[in-house]
Amino acid sequence: MDFKDYRGVWVFIEEKEGEVASVSLELLGAGRILADKRGVELAGILIGENNKHLANTVYEYGADLVYVYDQPIFKNYRTESYMKALLACCEDHKPEIILFGATSTGKDLASAIATDLPTGLTADTTELDVEADTGLLLASRPAFGGNIMATILCKKYRPQMATVRPKVMKALTREIGRTGKLIEKHISLNETDIRTKVLEIVRETTKKVRIDEADIVVAGGKGLGSAEGFQLIHHLADVLGGVVGASRDVVEAGWIEHHHQVGQTGLTVTPKLYFAIGISGAIQHIVGMRNSGTIIAINIDPDAAIFQSCHYGIVGDAFEIVPLLIEEFKNALPRSGVSHV
Amino acid sequence: MLHIVACIKQVPDTKIIKMNPKTNTMDRSSAPAILNPYDAHAVEEAVRIRDRYGGTVSVITMGPPPAVKAIKKCIEIGADEGYMISDRAFAGADTLATSYAITKAIEKISEIKPVDLIICGKMTIDGDTGQVGPGIARRLDIPPLTSVKKVVEVNKEEGYAIVQRKLEDGYEVIQSSLPCLFSVEKTINEVPYSSFPNMLKAALYHPTIWSVNDLNDIDRKQLGLKGSPTIVSKVWAPAKPEGGKILEGHPREQVGQILSVILEKKELFREDA
Repeated sequence: MDFKDYRGVWVFIEEKEGEVASVSLELLGAGRILADKRGVELAGILIGENNKHLANTVYEYGADLVYVYDQPIFKNYRTESYMKALLACCEDHKPEIILFGATSTGKDLASAIATDLPTGLTADTTELDVEADTGLLLASRPAFGGNIMATILCKKYRPQMATVRPKVMKALTREIGRTGKLIEKHISLNETDIRTKVLEIVRETTKKVRIDEADIVVAGGKGLGSAEGFQLIHHLADVLGGVVGASRDVVEAGWIEHHHQVGQTGLTVTPKLYFAIGISGAIQHIVGMRNSGTIIAINIDPDAAIFQSCHYGIVGDAFEIVPLLIEEFKNALPRSGVSHV
Repeated sequence: MLHIVACIKQVPDTKIIKMNPKTNTMDRSSAPAILNPYDAHAVEEAVRIRDRYGGTVSVITMGPPPAVKAIKKCIEIGADEGYMISDRAFAGADTLATSYAITKAIEKISEIKPVDLIICGKMTIDGDTGQVGPGIARRLDIPPLTSVKKVVEVNKEEGYAIVQRKLEDGYEVIQSSLPCLFSVEKTINEVPYSSFPNMLKAALYHPTIWSVNDLNDIDRKQLGLKGSPTIVSKVWAPAKPEGGKILEGHPREQVGQILSVILEKKELFREDA
């Protein structure tokens, strides 16, 4: 394998309801930094049907060029069809680095591609860097259940691939009118070549709490002792007009549903205000909330790791502190002028 | 009759694992070895499909000899047969090398009885990647169906399966030809307590154990550390964020300080927001 043949940083662009998914915009921001450091082009890969217009958004968020597969067979995401297109594109243009969102689609596609290429794939990356001279991608992620961070390298194979968690990287400010080169691609692929069919897509429109979109997240951990104790978190969240978050332990104990979970195996959150109450602060949790605006931790254990990752900490019993906080806050805003974000 | 293979792994319980704060290394001996919790759901789902349509559930694992314990746990859940590949040649494998070795083992199991369906857990709690399942599917050239949250139908006669696959904002219903591979979400089922007959069976059960020499057409370059493109170059504790101001005083004073911090963030509490 001659590494000199491999050039450029690619971002697989996911489409969501006719628009570019926000995780893809974030990856373009991250990819731009890597591409600039290497002095190479940043490309977006668009696979779908009637999707060419999305290229403009991709340029405006930092890409120099876009490879587009626009064929009816790509109407819905399917591993086999998308994989064949992306593998063909890799063979034609030999990228050095490919980034995918760590979403159901991104992870599925990246895992399949990595096996066929074959190459190394780092999952759920939270930090990315590249060695300017060698092009070696430094992909870092929490490891061993989130107890430590590990930097993973792929020294002997190309391309180097990583999936990246949504909300971890920053999208560039949109540069309206920024443009680039559109490269139309085509692959000859028949429906009979694909062994899966999408029978139905069900969007769950029930108003599920979106902790990753909230401005205030009040998260509780195992330190609250029981499902009953965890109710305290709900009360504070209500008063503040925030949403309830939880650590993995709490979700596994069944105190609250999984879509409230903050952290490596849950969601990454970036609220303006984050409360961590009775949460010890395993790295797995920290990587999911450390980009929050203001982080306030309450824990009875003065040695809890969470105090290393908060802006303000109170060493104390949540069952004493939180009710006081609820009371004080109600007094401060007697008219319940709290917006429920 | 269906032959379902569940892929499983014995892992250290990462919730209990302790770090040595001085050397920043893991004290692996501190963590008990358990069946990867996600894989317990994979085995349970395999057992449910078998009970619904008839057939056999085999489990396969790669690991050192003590990993037999994880297979026994699967027999307790209701699996019929257990296979293990165990050899120093497999050591240090990343997801690419692991999927290669497991695929070779599944090919060998297929010689005993053709395989219709492979089920994996969503991921392991020590690796957290979820890449081995799709890797196995690609190597066997069968469709990978990841994030499966419900199995709707498995029809061996007609040669298809229908599942619900979880998406960020809902789910999709997918039909796939058989054989195929599912990697399943934790929410797909509840793993019940083991029954006494299954516990007894597990206690007496001896899985089939293969070394690298027992596998057919094996390319040793693709195994273990040698066959692993990814390497861990550095292990570190993450940078500690700025701040960490511990508030002093009585609880009421501490709460007062927090309150002023919050109320300063007026944009959070605009009535017209």
